[in-house]
Amino acid sequence: MEIPYTVEAHPETGLNNGKIGIWLFLTSEVMLFGALFATFIMLRIGSDGEWAHMQAEAELNIPLATINTAVLIASSLTMVMAWASLVRGQLNKFRLFGWLTVGCGAIFLVIKYFEYTAKFAHDHFPSSNTYLAIYFTMTGLHALHVIGGMAWNAYFTGPGSKLFHTNRQWLTDRVEHSGLFWHFVDLVWIFLFPVFYLL
Amino acid sequence: MSDHADIDKTVRTYFMVFGALMVGTGATVGAYYLDVSVPVALAIGLFIASVKASLVACYFMHLIAEKRLIYWVLLLTVAFFIALMALPLLTSVIDQAGHFTSSGAPAAH
Repeated sequence: MEIPYTVEAHPETGLNNGKIGIWLFLTSEVMLFGALFATFIMLRIGSDGEWAHMQAEAELNIPLATINTAVLIASSLTMVMAWASLVRGQLNKFRLFGWLTVGCGAIFLVIKYFEYTAKFAHDHFPSSNTYLAIYFTMTGLHALHVIGGMAWNAYFTGPGSKLFHTNRQWLTDRVEHSGLFWHFVDLVWIFLFPVFYLL
Repeated sequence: MSDHADIDKTVRTYFMVFGALMVGTGATVGAYYLDVSVPVALAIGLFIASVKASLVACYFMHLIAEKRLIYWVLLLTVAFFIALMALPLLTSVIDQAGHFTSSGAPAAH
């Protein structure tokens, strides 16, 4: 039995299954990170003036985090360029931009690795204080999302791109949906960066 | 969003949004070095982050030209998100006002 509306849009919603599915998933992600941001607010309000002290003690690396922000924004650009290349029917360009996106994700994780190891070298662990606990929880969860997005994009850029020859529109839609996830990951970092490093 | 005739224009928009996001990142870092109080710094930082997030959502995530059902789903999400953010703030306000004890009963004066 063929599953309906995998490529063509449902006549009532104007959306195919994948588009509805990814947006519903992203709304659950909003609530997941929303709960953590709410936790952050509660911890900060309840810290009785200790927050600034804990933040200063953590010595987060602002230049590295700024570079990471630029890398993620650049990866969002390469992601939409990968999708645009598919719309234009340019498979090689799609692969180029797809791998660039995965590469940007890898650069982000390598920088994050250096940040984390520097913290551990100074005996700064999630158990050290509430600031570091929420810092490691939120940035760690975000890093897991980056890894997930990289795997998703790597599949469509690599073996999944064979679909281009049999059903180009389906591949284009799938890449748009994986892009929506990737941009969401970028969007979360846009808030994590000022909240943890600058404010 | 997949109209071939519009794709060149769309790509130009992507590059403009990318430029704006980079400028926004610079502005966020620049604001950090301003000699302002914590509430003002919070307001500036979160305002810039919100503008950047809106650009990503509208253009990179194509929300500027999305179907109505998606808007309704997101509207519901935003309502729950605001409630989620308001809960800790509300708790703090109640706590500071001192009207309630931790058990929820009115505080003795």
